[in-house]
Amino acid sequence: MQTENSPYAIETRNLSIFYGSFEAVKDVNLQIQKQKITAIIGPSGCGKSTLLRAFNRMNDFVPTSRVSGEILLHGTNLYGKEIDPVEVRRRIGMVFQKPNPFPKSIYENIAWGARINGFKGNMDDLVEQSLRGAALWDEVKDKLKQSAYALSGGQQQRLCIARAIAIQPEIILMDEPASALDPISTLRIEELMQELKKNYTIIIVTHNMQQAARVSDYTAMMMLYENTRSGTVIEYDETKTIFTRPKDKRTEEYVTGRFG
Amino acid sequence: MQAAAKQETVNTTFRPKILKRKLRLGESAIEAGLFIVGFLTIFVTVSIVIVLGDQALLFFLDPEVTLAEFFMSTKWVPAIGEFGIWALVSATLTTSAIAILVAVPLGLSAAIYLSEYASHRARAVLKPVLEILAGIPTVVYGYFALLFVTPLLRELIGSERIGVYNMLSAGLVMGIMILPLISSMSEDALSAVPNSLREAAYAMGATPFEASTQVVLPAALSGIGAAVIVGISRAVGETMIVAIASGATSEFTFNPLKAAETMTAHIARISGGDLPYGTVDYNSLFAIALMLFLVTLALNIVSQWIVTKFREQYE
Repeated sequence: MQTENSPYAIETRNLSIFYGSFEAVKDVNLQIQKQKITAIIGPSGCGKSTLLRAFNRMNDFVPTSRVSGEILLHGTNLYGKEIDPVEVRRRIGMVFQKPNPFPKSIYENIAWGARINGFKGNMDDLVEQSLRGAALWDEVKDKLKQSAYALSGGQQQRLCIARAIAIQPEIILMDEPASALDPISTLRIEELMQELKKNYTIIIVTHNMQQAARVSDYTAMMMLYENTRSGTVIEYDETKTIFTRPKDKRTEEYVTGRFG
Repeated sequence: MQAAAKQETVNTTFRPKILKRKLRLGESAIEAGLFIVGFLTIFVTVSIVIVLGDQALLFFLDPEVTLAEFFMSTKWVPAIGEFGIWALVSATLTTSAIAILVAVPLGLSAAIYLSEYASHRARAVLKPVLEILAGIPTVVYGYFALLFVTPLLRELIGSERIGVYNMLSAGLVMGIMILPLISSMSEDALSAVPNSLREAAYAMGATPFEASTQVVLPAALSGIGAAVIVGISRAVGETMIVAIASGATSEFTFNPLKAAETMTAHIARISGGDLPYGTVDYNSLFAIALMLFLVTLALNIVSQWIVTKFREQYE
């Protein structure tokens, strides 16, 4: 049994995810390390995003979705009957593929989440601290009242990261956070992730293998089961092992660019 | 190899002549036809304004009437030459205000439910029902107001305080009538908000209520504003319900328990009678109609302005 002192930030046990009768993700067992960056890689359609979205119960919004197995946070199954998915999402933040700031001011984008989560402290301080945490403060400090849509795509994505860390989650999920950005903005997001892992556990889905190799400490390789459309984790190890001495032949072929 | 050679031939035999403008008669005929049809709608609108304006001008030129009286007086008694539009405007404003107070909260709640909460099955049942509500003829609503809602109100409030004809009943039923309009336009506006914003809100730990009222609703505000304005125009212009249920006495009052005649109901009643052509009474109807036209025109312009001004909130 996992305890408060578990070395793992979050853990899955025999996790399968279904859409109706279709098993999108099958039998995943992962132990995500605290304050590390874990990358989930694999070819398109193998269930990477589905797996990521299971961690903060975003799949709940797909009407026919259900899971079997467990996702454990401090020993508590997030899919237990007594669990409130709203509370789960307050503890596990998320950054999406396309920057999706709210149609509000830069300030309000950060203050809103804190407010609905019952934040009672000094809001100005929290906004500044969160924007500094996302390496955005210097660029926006003079235009906090302006619409978030006035920012560039890369700035918007950092605003979304600032918004996520404002409610101080334990884990931040990132679903291809840089795939809609230019290389300079991508680099800034990757640098930011290295800063963030001092305080947060990060799980990132990425299509970009160089990115996985650059930023992550651990890598989970996903692939479809042979002759099915169900994906699973075929290999999970330290990133340098995955990229230099993978045990599975399919991982080797994928990371060396021979397919996928 | 052969294909490449062929390509070469085509290129060398290129003649500028083939780019010459061709005469396409069918295209021109269609364009002309569409232009005429499009122009026709403008022509009809302009004609109506001219006819209204012309007759209204005759009314204002009549020695019995002054502009000041028309816009300042609160008495409308054509029999003794009193033409104060406010006696009719007050009833229009009161019934429309009641209708909007009913239709906006209910219509918006229905729209939020349909767009943010309802399952596919609930939506499949509710949307057609709302559309049926929109298809009921207004004369039916009018009788519903007079023969069902009014007796109910007299039961509840007391028959000595509220008459057989009253603005409250007409306004309430008018609210039910415009409810489907407001809910379906608002639902379109809410559904047009990108899903990524909902996901962003939920991922921040928002409850469905917080997400829909504090993120989705503000993002859809321009469309909802337009829906409300169209609803107001509809209420101001509605005739049958008020003609049947709100009474036929022109009286300056904002008391919803009293009977009062709206601008539209007055026009309907008087033009149904046998007014001699060219009299002041006859011409006064055009002055009222012109006022109505200007009010709804102004509301439409405001709604256009709202939609364009707030359109670029998300993108």
